[in-house]
Amino acid sequence: MPTSAPVLEVEDLAVTFSRKGETPTRAVDGVSFSVAPGETIGLVGESGCGKSVTSLAVMGLLPPRGVRVSGSVRLDGQELIGASDRMLRRLRGADMAMVFQDPLSSLNPTLAIGTQVTEVLLEHRDLDRKQASAEAVDLLDRVGIPDPGRRLKEYPHQLSGGMRQRALIAMALACSPRLLIADEPTTALDVTIQAQILELLRELVVGSGTALVMITHDLGVVAGLCDRVHVMYAGKIIESAERHELFARPRHPYTGGLLHSVPRLDAGRGARLTPIRGSARDTIPWSQGCAFAPRCDNAEDDCLGDTVPLEVDPAYGTDRELRCRHPLQPARVGAGTSGAGVARAATGGSGATASGPGR
Amino acid sequence: MTSLGERKRDRIDMLAAQAGAVPTGEVGLSLTRSAFRRLRRDPVAIIGAVIVVVFLVVAAFAPLLAPKDPIAQYLLSEIRPGSIPGAREGFPLGVDNLGRDLLSRLIHGSRQSLLIGVVSTVLGVAAGMTLGILAGAFGGWVDTVVMRFVDILLSIPSLLMAITVSVLLGQNQWALMIAIAVTQVPIFARLLRGSMLAQRGSDYAVAARALGVRPARIVFGHVLPNSVSPVIVQATLSLATAIIEAAALSFLGLGDPDIARPEWGAMLASAQAYLSIRPWLAVWPAVCIIVVALGFTLLGERLREALDPKFRR
Ligand SMILES: Nc1ncnc2c1ncn2[C@@H]1O[C@H](COP(=O)(O)OP(=O)(O)OP(=O)(O)O)[C@@H](O)[C@H]1O
Ligand code: SF4
Ligand SMILES: [Mg+2]
Repeated sequence: MPTSAPVLEVEDLAVTFSRKGETPTRAVDGVSFSVAPGETIGLVGESGCGKSVTSLAVMGLLPPRGVRVSGSVRLDGQELIGASDRMLRRLRGADMAMVFQDPLSSLNPTLAIGTQVTEVLLEHRDLDRKQASAEAVDLLDRVGIPDPGRRLKEYPHQLSGGMRQRALIAMALACSPRLLIADEPTTALDVTIQAQILELLRELVVGSGTALVMITHDLGVVAGLCDRVHVMYAGKIIESAERHELFARPRHPYTGGLLHSVPRLDAGRGARLTPIRGSARDTIPWSQGCAFAPRCDNAEDDCLGDTVPLEVDPAYGTDRELRCRHPLQPARVGAGTSGAGVARAATGGSGATASGPGR
Repeated sequence: MTSLGERKRDRIDMLAAQAGAVPTGEVGLSLTRSAFRRLRRDPVAIIGAVIVVVFLVVAAFAPLLAPKDPIAQYLLSEIRPGSIPGAREGFPLGVDNLGRDLLSRLIHGSRQSLLIGVVSTVLGVAAGMTLGILAGAFGGWVDTVVMRFVDILLSIPSLLMAITVSVLLGQNQWALMIAIAVTQVPIFARLLRGSMLAQRGSDYAVAARALGVRPARIVFGHVLPNSVSPVIVQATLSLATAIIEAAALSFLGLGDPDIARPEWGAMLASAQAYLSIRPWLAVWPAVCIIVVALGFTLLGERLREALDPKFRR
């Protein structure tokens, strides 16, 4: 567990979208987490649970109108909520960077790759054009793009999906940021490429002491990369734990459901995959109890009423937090089938992790 | 009037939405090159291009191509009320009511028509794009003010506006070009603004913002280049409209006051009086106007399809 001062501290972050004539939707609600240098955390949850909105709020990229953001986001102790556009722009790309889901649409189709890479360097570093081009060649080389000099002259549609994502990672890492947020960076890629990209992130990001926030609905990614995992549901964190702990002993019924819906290499032949019943739409407002209640097997009367709070898990000491009145007991998951199987599947790049929940 | 403006607005907005969709272009080709490759294989586009090129060549080399002086009068002894000499040796299309060689006048007339068409479209594109960039780049109240102005312009029928402007500016060639340009301005402004607003929210623009790229660079380096393809298409189509409008205005007597200088619209107007004795005097200039406008329209429509991913095969 890294002990140095956190790079990113998010406290009680809430994001509300309000359009004229519509009831406001609270996409992110009271989310808190922190990331230390060299640490990787996972934000996990079904589609629409608020993962991307959380990351956009951290980066200050939500539209200025129709959105209300509250809470606190600190990067190396510096408050970002309410910071000036100018300051945020200086930090973005230099101290914090982001990699998005779709590498094709995240690159400008009308500009050569080289132009897009050097643009970041020129914006934040004191280089002239020639130095920036040389640095761009270096960067592409570091992210494993063969023949970087030639690739720099090519356009995004001339590269393969994996190469595009590598180029975007190169751009994000151009100024050695303190924090990298990767929003489902492998979802749009082929399975074999997914493993390569994850490996690249592990080498370049984690190895360099950068704090990494990995957003995914793929528990295989979590198992291969993350130190700590925050599981989100309907805009709130519902369980936080160290990765091995979470896989070995999920406590929230939703986390348990996620784990059961992922194929495992070490599961017996007869083991069935059990998807979580219902869909993310079957939810009740948090103000009326537990949003997961309509889909929960453990639900009881006291799950409805007032918001179920996120509390230190009494069974596991201070390091685990849980938002549930009737958590799973370890026996229900089975001691033999720990998260190790999922972890192995992911790191081996075998593709056994492709099925994410909520898709 | 309102419904005319609304219809125009809807069509422009539909075109704007086609900008910069992410291409799946052939590997190894830049986007413009793959669009051109598709155009080259398209027979309709080729017909349009050939027409346009032929007219451009004729206009460029008019003095060399024209068999006679377009202003000099010939065969005057044979012209009398009720009879104008037809085609004969040296005058393949005959002469007009003043004895000037029709073919030579048509050839020289192409210069006026194309010049007015091109200059007024360039002016219209330049002014329209400036307004569109203002609105699309700044948004907010600038956008509101600019677009309110543009929508008012758009609700005025273009010929009516051109007539008003050219009456206000006086009767000369420049007034004619400006008058036609004014009718194009709102189209280009709305088109560019619409496609810029759509592109501003696109993934690559957000990704560039996430890298701390400065706003001016995002607008001019990222958003604008991805927003211009509908403008290029519309400019090609507008050349056709401009040529027709130029002819219409000079037909109405609002064109070049130098009546001796050949111009298709003016030729059409003066041929009116002789429709019964020599209809060909009106038919030929009309055919020229229609064919050149058709050339630009065919090319423009096919260019749109080549640049629009929805049409890609
Ligand atoms: N611009 C917006 N306006 C209104 N509501 C929005 C907007 N963007 C997101 N939301 C709402 O916020 C919620 C969270 O969206 P978000 O994109 O964060 O989900 P996600 O967890 O990233 O899902 P996915 O796995 O599909 O990427 C969604 O339910 C959506 O309805
Ligand atoms: S609080 Fe109740 S409904 Fe919610 S997850 Fe726990 S047991 Fe299920
Ligand atoms: Mg998302």
